[in-house]
Amino acid sequence: MSLEKFINQAVSSWMSDDGPDSDIILSSRIRFARNLDEFNFPTLFTNGEAEAVIGTIMERASQTSAAGFGQLELIKMAEIPPLKKRVLVEKHLISPNLAENSVHGAVLLSGNEKISIMINEEDHIRIQCLFPGFQLTEALKAANEIDDWLEGYVNYAFDEKFGYLTSCPTNAGTGLRASVMMHLPGLVLTQQMNRIVPAINQLGLVVRGIYGEGSEALGNIFQISNQITLGKSEVDIVDDLQSVVRQIIFQERSAREALAQTSNIQLEDRVFRSYGTLAYSRVIETKEAARCLSDLRLGIDMGYIKNISKSILNELMILTQPGFLQSYAGGPLKPNERDIRRAALIRERLKMETKDELGG
Amino acid sequence: MICQECNQRPATLHFTNYSNGEKSELHLCEQCAQEKGELFMMNNGPAFSINSLLAGLLNMEPAFEQKKETFKMDQVSQCPQCSMTFPQFVKIGRFGCATCYDAFREQLTPIVRRLQSGNETHNGKIPKRIGGDLHLRKTLDHLKQILKHQISEEEFEQAAGTRDQIRELERKLSASQEGGE
Repeated sequence: MSLEKFINQAVSSWMSDDGPDSDIILSSRIRFARNLDEFNFPTLFTNGEAEAVIGTIMERASQTSAAGFGQLELIKMAEIPPLKKRVLVEKHLISPNLAENSVHGAVLLSGNEKISIMINEEDHIRIQCLFPGFQLTEALKAANEIDDWLEGYVNYAFDEKFGYLTSCPTNAGTGLRASVMMHLPGLVLTQQMNRIVPAINQLGLVVRGIYGEGSEALGNIFQISNQITLGKSEVDIVDDLQSVVRQIIFQERSAREALAQTSNIQLEDRVFRSYGTLAYSRVIETKEAARCLSDLRLGIDMGYIKNISKSILNELMILTQPGFLQSYAGGPLKPNERDIRRAALIRERLKMETKDELGG
Repeated sequence: MICQECNQRPATLHFTNYSNGEKSELHLCEQCAQEKGELFMMNNGPAFSINSLLAGLLNMEPAFEQKKETFKMDQVSQCPQCSMTFPQFVKIGRFGCATCYDAFREQLTPIVRRLQSGNETHNGKIPKRIGGDLHLRKTLDHLKQILKHQISEEEFEQAAGTRDQIRELERKLSASQEGGE
């Protein structure tokens, strides 16, 4: 398969589409945790109950299609190879937990991959809406529509005091986790992140790396999300997150301006060195690739590099992950083989950009 | 004792490792331990997760300590639906079913308050169909607060409007309750 065709099939709309403030915010995500009243939680449920949960939701999905989101496709974890699961994790469509631990797990995906409904993860239902750029309000609206559509048919576990009941009480109440993925090279280069992270934590928000809990901030990409799920309304939780995110955007822009003024040539040098590494290296590890891609994207945002599309960071950060590389290669690869493949894929992808330029 | 790594600062953290029956000890200061931190965290198999953190937090719950002593005498702390016991919940940090929230309501409230930075009552979305008249009751509470505020601010004209809304809602509520019975 040609790389162009592979990319077209692999890239979800949140990676390639432009959204508001997409120079800093790569994506916005809303997640609702829900459980069905009549079955035990996935912590304890029997095989029969697990099947019944999938059955109940599928019945709903086959009766009507979710308003405006088209047909949803069901994928059962037990029925797909490990590599395909890994690709879904790398695209942020399912959690590592669903891929690895859930025997009865499944996911319902919309065609554009903006909507994914995980079934039988930690909770019976996890509704996720993933939008490009800074669009938390839009994602919340979509998640509410999906939620209402499901609730029209199934009985959720709900308590007047504790709200939506979840298997872990850290999610009870709204069951809402709102998060944004931010590219913050300016704040990292000016060494301000160490100061900002504790400040964000004090406001009841959590900062994590690109693949969630415990993961590193590869490529200067940070995930910021709410911690508290109970006691505040959904809109208030999202508003609070938004106002903090707006301040971080402002700080990142000032850091970039300061860098341009005080060390313009050093920054330009850094950007072009990374561009060179990406364009010519023959062996490249995930970490180095992520660092160079972050530099390249910063160079594009700051106008040093003009002929490359912005979506390159989102796309290549995902496409150079082990699962994707192996599915492009058509089979398992050893780590050193991956590094060679990764370098080749990046070179080829960059050639597509410059070819467009020459052709046009 | 002096830190084995830097040989300068006093060792405040002591690690003991048993492998194949052999015991090895390591004494480090906080700074060196942090630098070596990745080694310790990563080699210990299951990642450091929110659930293990939560289980740690719950284990410190004083209410639970008291329960533990009397636990053998009365088996109250068991969920009638899924048979999960409160100590089991504390161990894994997750409930077995929706009824657990009812069964452990008393022990749970202080824990929820701690996890949710002081909050203990849901203030968000209510499911439309099964929520019943909860929507109406929540709106009613909200309107009553507005009314109080308007009276204290002497905004009597608006207050009259709010009062009418409250009356209307109360009528709806009693109608739905009669209908339900």
